[in-house]
Amino acid sequence: MANIISDETIEYVGILSKLELSGEQKEQAKKDMGLMLDYIDQLSELDTTGVEPMSHIFPIHNVFRQDTVTNGDDQENILRNAPEERDGSFIVPKTVD
Amino acid sequence: MSKQYETVIGLEVHVELATKTKIFCGCSTAFGGAPNTHTCPVCTGMPGSLPVLNKQVLEYVIAVGLATNCEISHYSKFDRKNYFYPDNPQNYQISQLYLPICHDGGVEIETEEGKKIVGIHEIHMEEDAGKLVHDDWEDCTMVDYNRSGVPLIEIVSEPDMRSAEEVIAYLEKLRLLIQYLGASDCKLQEGSMRADVNLSIREAGAEKMGTRTEMKNLNSFKAIARAIEGERERQIDLLEEGKEVIQETRRWDDNKEYSYAMRSKEDAQDYRYFPDPDLAPIIVSDELLREIKSKEPEFPTEKMIRYKEEYGIPDYDIEILTNTKHTADLFEETVALGADPKKVSNWLMGETMRLLKENAMEPEAICFSPENLAKLIQLVDSKAINSTVAKEVFQEMFHHDIDPEQYVEEKGLKTVNDQGALRKTIEEVMARNPKSVEDYHNGKTKAIGALVGQTMKAMQGKADPALINQILQELL
Amino acid sequence: MELLELTAVQLSEKIKRGETTAVLATKAVLAQIEKTESVYHCYVTVDQEGALKKAEEVQQRIQAGELTGPLAGVPVAVKDNLCTRDLLTTCSSRILENFIPTFSAEAVENLEKAGAVIIGKTNMDEFAMGSTTETSAYGVTRNPRNTEHVPGGSSGGSAAAVAGQECFMALGSDTGGSIRQPASFCGVVGMKPTYGTISRYGLIAYGSSLDQIGPLTKDVRDCATLLEVMASYDPKDSTSVDRRGDIAKKSGYDFTSALVDDVKGMKIGIPRDYFGEGLDGKVREAVLQAADVLREKGAILEEFDLSLVDYAIPAYYTIAAAEASSNLERFDGIKYGYRTAEYDGLHNMYKKTRSEGFGPEVKRRIMLGSFVLSSGYYDAYYLKALRVKALIKKAFDEAFAKYDVILGPAAPTTAPRLGQSLADPIKMYLGDIYTVSVNLAGLPGICLPCGTDSEGLPIGLQLIGDCFSEKKLIQTAYAYERESPYGTKYHI
Ligand SMILES: [Mg+2]
Ligand SMILES: [Zn+2]
Repeated sequence: MANIISDETIEYVGILSKLELSGEQKEQAKKDMGLMLDYIDQLSELDTTGVEPMSHIFPIHNVFRQDTVTNGDDQENILRNAPEERDGSFIVPKTVD
Repeated sequence: MSKQYETVIGLEVHVELATKTKIFCGCSTAFGGAPNTHTCPVCTGMPGSLPVLNKQVLEYVIAVGLATNCEISHYSKFDRKNYFYPDNPQNYQISQLYLPICHDGGVEIETEEGKKIVGIHEIHMEEDAGKLVHDDWEDCTMVDYNRSGVPLIEIVSEPDMRSAEEVIAYLEKLRLLIQYLGASDCKLQEGSMRADVNLSIREAGAEKMGTRTEMKNLNSFKAIARAIEGERERQIDLLEEGKEVIQETRRWDDNKEYSYAMRSKEDAQDYRYFPDPDLAPIIVSDELLREIKSKEPEFPTEKMIRYKEEYGIPDYDIEILTNTKHTADLFEETVALGADPKKVSNWLMGETMRLLKENAMEPEAICFSPENLAKLIQLVDSKAINSTVAKEVFQEMFHHDIDPEQYVEEKGLKTVNDQGALRKTIEEVMARNPKSVEDYHNGKTKAIGALVGQTMKAMQGKADPALINQILQELL
Repeated sequence: MELLELTAVQLSEKIKRGETTAVLATKAVLAQIEKTESVYHCYVTVDQEGALKKAEEVQQRIQAGELTGPLAGVPVAVKDNLCTRDLLTTCSSRILENFIPTFSAEAVENLEKAGAVIIGKTNMDEFAMGSTTETSAYGVTRNPRNTEHVPGGSSGGSAAAVAGQECFMALGSDTGGSIRQPASFCGVVGMKPTYGTISRYGLIAYGSSLDQIGPLTKDVRDCATLLEVMASYDPKDSTSVDRRGDIAKKSGYDFTSALVDDVKGMKIGIPRDYFGEGLDGKVREAVLQAADVLREKGAILEEFDLSLVDYAIPAYYTIAAAEASSNLERFDGIKYGYRTAEYDGLHNMYKKTRSEGFGPEVKRRIMLGSFVLSSGYYDAYYLKALRVKALIKKAFDEAFAKYDVILGPAAPTTAPRLGQSLADPIKMYLGDIYTVSVNLAGLPGICLPCGTDSEGLPIGLQLIGDCFSEKKLIQTAYAYERESPYGTKYHI
């Protein structure tokens, strides 16, 4: 296995993706990610010099909306699934101390 | 302090565009409204929702790019900037990193040493975040997505500024151009224009840049000036003590006049930008560019030349009048109604500026209409009121946008044109002030002024001073 | 019971002729669910009450002559990653265990307008990440052809519901083979249309640049009909392609017009790369036999080298994981869905919510995706994958300069036994070898039954077309199905 994932990397990826793993899960994740990256590394065999990265398949451009208000007050629907809600706002743990 | 230091400043200016709807959905951008009443699945990041670009946003940003001498990208894309924070419902912001819409421009500013160009690295489009309100009693934060998805442009300057004065001159220049375009009202206090300051210090003459910090939360020109001064001193102190400046984001607290590091273990500052697969790329055709150019308004410099040619008013007046789009528009619209340019200019330069200053108001807050200003000038021209009364009426107009004709009528402020009555009053005044009459006859012609004043007082101001003068001359 | 044997189009015709009703059809499906669902577990949610109410309403409108379309009155199952207004939509994830959408996906709207009756929401691999429907937070779905085997995935619930007659047709989504592979394993017809053909509005995104909604049906006619009803140009989806326009070669939406039994002169390419190592012998045999059938009917068949086949999977997993890591950031316990019970501050709330809400396969892909986009790796992994995608697209362009249709298997094997696949993720990913490049290149692909293995498990034939050439696929598939003993006649 060429790709060895360190504890720091798994920790860092956990911060980026907001996932918290138990010790056992962490070991498994390190192993899985190492294997996946080894596998993906196959791509480096291909010479892609001068090849433009392709994010969109079709040459579709300039998809626009007109600047017209189409939406009314939808507060009730927007808050319908909120785990915690008060006075029309979503409630989250305090963001500053 | 033994060493000489140079301050190097670059700015990231966010401007909220004056569109009716948000950047990627049909929700209103109107201010106010109860929390989450201007929201929909798109701007609250509901699963399955998808963004579609508001065309007006593109037109505005291109107009700003052209006005700031930028190159407009023929091909442009949106990227996702990924970070977790509750003001951002998708936990990514749709922005532009790899192929911004405008790049490599610059604007000219006036500095103490003369004119200078501040380079613009790029201008890109992005979406604004929602509002977080902290509830200290309940120890929680309330999230309102009414502002989420309001269109922003971010104008990223080169690190070309060296002082707070230059920064403010640059911001004023940007504000002027953008207001002229009608792309934003650029109100710092209300947050429709916001500046983040990137600042570093280096020894005078040094080539290499120092480590920079980024300061956020600056909502007035004064706060920006203080923050620059404060951060400059903080960094110099660190260097003098042999410590290092750490590259970080800091929040300026204008009350305490100090900036605080915004650091957390949970902020990795690794935004994992990648092209947003939900949005189509933008191709700016020559045709679209021409269309936007054709809608371009007259800018201050062009206006100044035209005012000189067309209106023959002093250069000083021209400069002040064109300094904001609002005063320039007011001037031109009033003149268009037939008023004499010089007289219009006098009202705007004199009484208007005086009252703005007295009430600590911005020119954008002027509420009276060109129609009413034209009417007021007409009342003076036709001698229906004299200049003292006119100033009184103007004050009312300035605060309440009253119709001057109606006001003068209702309050009975019209000049008395009955010559007989006026002559009688003057005779009475002369009888009461024999000293002044004598002084006049003894060659002190200035004494006539006191008699005019007394007559005006007796007439409760409602007289034509020229006519008083004329009758006095006869009687004396 | 006879009613359940009908195809969707046949059923709708019978309803319009007054020989049965939408209500009876719905009741028949609900009775079948009652009977077999405890074993198959095709659904996360069965909306018995809503379906019956809707069926009555639809029946009245059919009788009033207001609903005349070919799918009016037909009970349909919808994959649980498609938003349905007022109906629980979970993506088979705990993190959306209580999510009630306030709007319906555009494809669902189109279907409802046509008078189809939604029976419920089908089970799937969590967030469509998987090939077996075993990563669902709500239990596995079993293959109705053999309940010891998986139905495939991620649209396993939809494929199984069609095969097990728990609906007359179903909607799935296909990011790397998630319609075609379960269709293959369950012996039904499944199609992934050209990217941009069916609006993604309301489809809960996995890999946005790869995701497409598509039909799972009993036969090719139903497949073309369902596609025709669902597909539309949608201004709400910036990646929607107007098929009446030049970019789509004015290919249009009249898919049923291609239901013609004629392949004379149709040029069909058989990529040698699809018949190499790893392909099950029985699958190879059945697929090549299907090729012979088409040859006999006048098609011109030729072997060729497609190239790059081995690189499609690593490119696919890089792109899909990267997009997924970003798409799934919105599940944070603030606006909807699951929130952890106890937490200490915001970031702890995020982490606990997401760690408890997502299953292991989803976490694996989110972490991989975050990593390949992170600073220092973006170019080497993500951009590299997008460059390989461009090469793969080019390889297909070259192939379609020569051929109308590419023919091959949909999966290297028949349906594996339950519990066999998840242990080795790489091996599981390799199962997608014949399907993922179609998604990378935005192409349409259809899968239809062409045989069974020694255990009686279905084998699927995959036909791949150039972008916007669905009609050629439908025509070829239809012509094959007419001669095949595994088409409409293949039932339990
Ligand atoms: Mg920004
Ligand atoms: Zn909105």
